Amino acid sequence: MNLFTILFASLFTSNIALSYFLGMCPFIALSRDIRTAWGMGCAVTFVMAVTAAINWPVYHFLLVPFHIEYMQYLSFILVIAVSVQIVEIIVERFFPVLYVNMGVFLPLITVNCAILGISLFMILRDYSFIEGVFYSIGGGVGWTMAIIAMAGLRSKLTFSNIPEPLKGPGITMIIAGIMSLAFMGFAGIAGL
Amino acid sequence: MNIASILIMGGIAFLLAAILVILDRYLASYGDCDITINDSKTLTVTGGQSLLSYLMDNKIFIPSACGGRATCGFCKVNIPEGAGPLLPTESPFLTRSEVARNTRLACQVKVKSDLSVIIPEKYLSIQEFKTIVESIKDLNYDTKEIFLRLDEPEYISFMPGQYIQLKLPDSDEYRAYSIASPPDSNNFIELIVRLVPGGCCSGYIHRDLKTGHKVSFTGPYGELALRENSDKDIICVGGGCGMAPFRSIIRHLFDTGTKRDVKYFYGARSVRDLYFVDEFRKLEREKENFSFIIALSEPDKDSQWEGEIGFIHQILDKHLQDNNNAEAYLCGPPVMIDMTMQVLLSKGIAEEDIMFDKIQ
Ligand SMILES: Cc1cc2nc3c(=O)[nH]c(=O)nc-3n(C[C@H](O)[C@H](O)[C@H](O)COP(=O)(O)OP(=O)(O)OC[C@H]3O[C@@H](n4cnc5c(N)ncnc54)[C@H](O)[C@@H]3O)c2cc1C
Ligand code: FES
Repeated sequence: MNLFTILFASLFTSNIALSYFLGMCPFIALSRDIRTAWGMGCAVTFVMAVTAAINWPVYHFLLVPFHIEYMQYLSFILVIAVSVQIVEIIVERFFPVLYVNMGVFLPLITVNCAILGISLFMILRDYSFIEGVFYSIGGGVGWTMAIIAMAGLRSKLTFSNIPEPLKGPGITMIIAGIMSLAFMGFAGIAGL
Repeated sequence: MNIASILIMGGIAFLLAAILVILDRYLASYGDCDITINDSKTLTVTGGQSLLSYLMDNKIFIPSACGGRATCGFCKVNIPEGAGPLLPTESPFLTRSEVARNTRLACQVKVKSDLSVIIPEKYLSIQEFKTIVESIKDLNYDTKEIFLRLDEPEYISFMPGQYIQLKLPDSDEYRAYSIASPPDSNNFIELIVRLVPGGCCSGYIHRDLKTGHKVSFTGPYGELALRENSDKDIICVGGGCGMAPFRSIIRHLFDTGTKRDVKYFYGARSVRDLYFVDEFRKLEREKENFSFIIALSEPDKDSQWEGEIGFIHQILDKHLQDNNNAEAYLCGPPVMIDMTMQVLLSKGIAEEDIMFDKIQ
């Protein structure tokens, strides 16, 4: 499969947020304003790409030769946890405003299922290293795109008359559903 | 599980831990930073913590009623240099002109480089006091009155209405409590503490604190302080555990034989929430310039309550005449303060004559 197809598919047709509904917790909680959404998107993309690039060799050069593929969950989660710590240290040092904005959600990237999902899908689909990296970047950018689109829509919602019980997460879930339907329109173009 | 899997997983974990340790050493530490206070004193600290915590470590106490969680907005200081960008946790508490003057919340500013800070002179006299619990009394089902005898220093000087910050033993947490005793009894203070369900400090006081225990506090703090030199009439409005500052203010006023007209409006939910009523009723009978008005928002049906019913700001609206030229002191939950402010302003009381403590 060529790299462009993988990138395109992970951005649109198999968008990790809108077609797999992974990483929903920060997707709902941090899509209140565009700047925060962008910050979270960057952090998720960075962690996705870094962890996929580390997890690929860990899997193929360590786990496969010793026939301990079943340890992939544990080792992937270890790698993710440490990468998030590293991102946290860097963001706190150099981007204090972003750090405060992301608050508790930055450490929560550790348990963001989209990140583990990308690494596991990469192995499941037997991607080469380069394909894996493209897939993870596409996945991250796709997630960012989705959360920014959502933040944009939600900023318009401030002026709409939403029924009381649907305010907040309720309406966000409904919008995510509709966005996901819209993204299905891309399905015929390229698949994974 | 074979030996290879143990070795490999162990190896991966070790490598990752090593990377983290190195990064932590070089990126998460900020080295020595100089904090210059009012252009005169300099503290050298190892960076990385909040400015508030360094000031406290060095016995400079600034008001921080929420304990550094960015919910009270009391810990304002001016930081002309070295504070970094304004954080979203600070902006709700700062006006535009404060932002322009580089006012910041000390609990939110992390010290990452050299920094200079201007601390108002009045904060520099705030001290730490070590005390011994002299007695604890139940006032009602969820409120206790605590007497603390000062041990070191032995005396405190404060203005009636001010509060202290009690330190939770074995932690760095502080909580604000108003002083309920008048200032002339200056070697002990009285606190009134209501149990907040699930609350750590009020829970500690109600559950674990016993006569003879040692506790420390810092203080006195607060803008809600009786103006002794004024001769305006006085309106006090308290709700819930907002009784404490008024017990101090009113006892002090009548101990010193005031001629000012004093009205005390107190709002509670039901009869079982009330305390000190007899004491204030007695004072009301003795002094013709004192009146005590209680309003219950949800009186029990069988309690045969004959006083006012409603929220305290509604009762205040009913009792105050227009064009009032009094001074008002408010203490209670934020909503109560906001509603009461509106009533007072509509009755002609000037904004600068309204002093309040929002308890949250
Ligand atoms: C200027 C000032 C003066 C004060 N004076 C007094 C006083 O005289 N007497 C007194 O009892 N308290 C007073 N307080 C409140 C006191 O400082 C603490 O906030 C309170 O005792 C709760 O602390 P905690 O550690 O028990 O609860 P925390 O562990 O801090 O809080 C536990 C939970 O309860 C909630 N909570 C906190 N406070 C309240 C509240 N008042 N009502 C309902 N829920 C709450 C919190 O949001 C949190 O979810 C004053 C506060 C201020 C700012
Ligand atoms: S201590 Fe309360 S806002 Fe800083």
